[in-house]
Amino acid sequence: MNLDHISGDPVEHVLTHADGTRRRVYVTSIEKPYPHGKLIVSRTDTAGIITQCNQSFVDMSGYAREELIGQPHSLLRHPGMPAAAFRDLWDTVKAGHQWHGYVKNLRKDGGHYWVHAAVVPNIRNGEIVGYTSVRREPSREHVAAAELQYREMNGQ
Amino acid sequence: MSFNFTVSPSFPNERISDWYIFNTWLQRSLSLPIHLELYDNFGAQRAAIAAGKVDIIHANPFDASLLVREKGFRAIARPEGPPDEMVIVSAAESPAQGIPDLQPGTRLACTDDPCVNTVGRILLEPANLDTGNTVELRRETYIQVAKAILRGEADIGFFPVAAFNALSSLVRRDIRVLVTSDTQVIQHVFLVGPALHDRVDEMTHLLLTMHETDKGRSMLEALGASRWQNVQQEDVEFMIDIISTLTQ
Ligand SMILES: Cc1cc2nc3c(=O)[nH]c(=O)nc-3n(C[C@H](O)[C@H](O)[C@H](O)COP(=O)(O)O)c2cc1C
Repeated sequence: MNLDHISGDPVEHVLTHADGTRRRVYVTSIEKPYPHGKLIVSRTDTAGIITQCNQSFVDMSGYAREELIGQPHSLLRHPGMPAAAFRDLWDTVKAGHQWHGYVKNLRKDGGHYWVHAAVVPNIRNGEIVGYTSVRREPSREHVAAAELQYREMNGQ
Repeated sequence: MSFNFTVSPSFPNERISDWYIFNTWLQRSLSLPIHLELYDNFGAQRAAIAAGKVDIIHANPFDASLLVREKGFRAIARPEGPPDEMVIVSAAESPAQGIPDLQPGTRLACTDDPCVNTVGRILLEPANLDTGNTVELRRETYIQVAKAILRGEADIGFFPVAAFNALSSLVRRDIRVLVTSDTQVIQHVFLVGPALHDRVDEMTHLLLTMHETDKGRSMLEALGASRWQNVQQEDVEFMIDIISTLTQ
């Protein structure tokens, strides 16, 4: 992440990814409200690299489509999200099941947006060929509960 | 032996005769005996599907899941145009200005359209409303859904955008749209069952070139479309994956 794109008062964090690599991100407290009525959709290959997304995904992430396609989906990872949530996501979808959860995503400008996310394996001829995520608008109560739970999981 | 063709019951009643005309054209063009059977409701159509009585179907996106994944149907075309979006409305005098203002106990009027109802339910989630804390009033038609709202029997109603726009301006004046879906992907598709797979290429060509003749164009227009658009099997598989996340 580049400080030039940040709006607001950023705090620096260093994320440690599941594969051990580290990445510096800048985070503000600005929340972008979920666009009513929309589904935010993206697809990845089996390794979690973004292959396709809809316009709502582009609009909410703050990145241009060309900046998203070909990148790992962890580009949107917010430091407030515990690693265990994504471990659970990957264990579930790799086993061929659907995963549902509440996710706080990091925007290019350092802000965030909350979603109720589902991830489904794309099974073709009996094989997992990729994954699709469909996000919808969460209730504020569910967001508050998830926020509390994730803070506890992060030991804060 | 004759093959059975059916159409998702969500189309307006005025188009019944137009679907018969389409069927006659389809039979003649393919030199195949095809019988059109229209069902009044989704339940009756699903029973016919389960009983193996459907070979060709212009399918609701939610039925497409079952037909493609479990019954071996192949998607060959879809009508060109925007996807099937829906609206949630209330009476214009209702205090609710948006979905988050809706309260537990909300009475909602709808028909038995699985697509509209599933998307509608998703759009109620931000208000923490679900089947457990709402009262669902099933109606036969969207006119009756509108009446339920205007008479105060229901607080909100679910409509396909097309059915809502077809209400008279007098009715719409007394109704407020709380939210419009923008799923961008959910659409009706034309499917062909296993018994006719050897005719798929021919049928695809027939539909995709239908708008090229005056007769074809006027038939399409009567059905509310301008032309058929090509669909790849993967487009439909992708739509089915998306729908599967909305029904769990
Ligand atoms: C289809 C799909 C969609 C995903 N969407 C997101 C997302 O929106 N935000 C996010 O942080 N992680 C998302 N993930 C999980 C990431 O792949 C990744 O596991 C996560 O960001 C944690 O990063 P790490 O695995 O590098 O530690 C998605 C995964 C899949 C398969």
